[in-house]
Amino acid sequence: MTTVPPAPEPAYLDAASAAPLHPVARQALGAALADGWVDPARLYAPARRARQLLDAARATVAEVLGVRPDEVWFTASGTAAAHAAVLGALAGRVRVGATLVRSAVEHSAVVQAGRWHAAAAAGRPRPPDRPAGASADRPAGAPADRPAVVSVPVDRRGRLDLAGWRAAVAEPGVALAALISASHEVGTVQPVAAAAQACADAGVPLYVDAAQSVGRVPVPAGWSLLSASAHKWGGPPGVGLLVVRKGTRWVSPYPEDEREGGRAPGVPNLPAIVAAAAALRAAAAEADAEAARLAPLVDRIRATVAATVPDVEVVGDPVDRLPHLVTFSCLYVDGEALLHALDRRGFAVSSGSSCTASTLRPSHVLEAMGVLSHGNVRVSLHRGTTEAQVDRFLAELPGIVAGLRAEAGAVGL
Amino acid sequence: MTAAGPAPDPAGAAVEVLDCLGQRCPLPVIALARRLPALPVGAVIRVLADDPAAANDIPAWCRLRGQEFLGATESSGGPAFDVRRAG
Repeated sequence: MTTVPPAPEPAYLDAASAAPLHPVARQALGAALADGWVDPARLYAPARRARQLLDAARATVAEVLGVRPDEVWFTASGTAAAHAAVLGALAGRVRVGATLVRSAVEHSAVVQAGRWHAAAAAGRPRPPDRPAGASADRPAGAPADRPAVVSVPVDRRGRLDLAGWRAAVAEPGVALAALISASHEVGTVQPVAAAAQACADAGVPLYVDAAQSVGRVPVPAGWSLLSASAHKWGGPPGVGLLVVRKGTRWVSPYPEDEREGGRAPGVPNLPAIVAAAAALRAAAAEADAEAARLAPLVDRIRATVAATVPDVEVVGDPVDRLPHLVTFSCLYVDGEALLHALDRRGFAVSSGSSCTASTLRPSHVLEAMGVLSHGNVRVSLHRGTTEAQVDRFLAELPGIVAGLRAEAGAVGL
Repeated sequence: MTAAGPAPDPAGAAVEVLDCLGQRCPLPVIALARRLPALPVGAVIRVLADDPAAANDIPAWCRLRGQEFLGATESSGGPAFDVRRAG
């Protein structure tokens, strides 16, 4: 007779990929379906009701972000918003120059938009990925000393090299600077206010990818463009935010379309947008309390993992960090095997290890920091995460890691 | 992994070569961690590894383990990484 271990209660710990739908989003989504299927651009009464829903959602988002409603545009995803922010802002500044300055730890949506820009400028196929640090893809028509993309390095904790940033944005021909508000992979909060000041001094607009911050922590002022993604704060998938402050030049990189002020082509997904706005209002209202509840759990994970798992590197800034996200790498452990082993015990987490990526390349964020990339685990918490779930994770992790090391013959190294 | 004959290191000293070509991370790092302690302090080992993560993870391992990463180079057209046993 074999003994079957009891099925553990599942613990979803990957809010940084997608947070579970907030209860008010679920409620709003159902209600908005009644009127939200109508095209809000039409001129009959049902369309006016739909338009009122869209306007109300826009006003809600604007209020939470502290901007004007006519600065807020809904896109089909956070990635689409990031692409629009980068490419549209670059297109709006072609007379000034063609250089995008970005941190080495941007989301892949921003990195790829930069590569697209470099390739389009050069009229050639997209170049292969380069190691982060000092990449410089130069368009063929640009002056020899004006790269299309400049990547500013980060330190071991993943924080932007501010002196390097200041120097990079002050160069002639810089059209746009892009900085993630806080790392989606390691949680380190970036010095957005200081970076924004450097951009202001140089007369360069700043785009902030705030996907991990909006609905959780405040984003410092001083930016010209911002993007976010509803499913990171408990809204439904398929809704992104593009915010373009007044006075910022933005030219559509897409075929002409009249929707969303010409900034996001296609009919907006109105029911999802209504749900996203309701979830954002709720998440923002709960943000301080949730941060106060989750940050100690993240601290507990950082301290306990370091104490109970041998040969582990806990990465990211230990203090100036997001309240809900923690990342560590286990020496000699295959990241994919670790995710599967955790999944079998009911833990849903993600990884920046190369074996878990379709490209089989390690995360460019971990590379830029110079930290271990194999055996990597990112744990991200949400409003449904309980202390008991975290404690069960911490209780089971050492045994799971030890088991994988034993299988790999990597014991006593 | 096979141990091949000596090859010159950048400083001209003989090094042992650890062939981890075709191995996925973390296998090259495990091979390095197994082999290095068997060498005398000051000896240099060259790891041949073409997994994209090796270029990041071998220096990271050296930092975590207090070993000396000498740098990345090329050997027989493939990526190679030189490590000196520091202790």
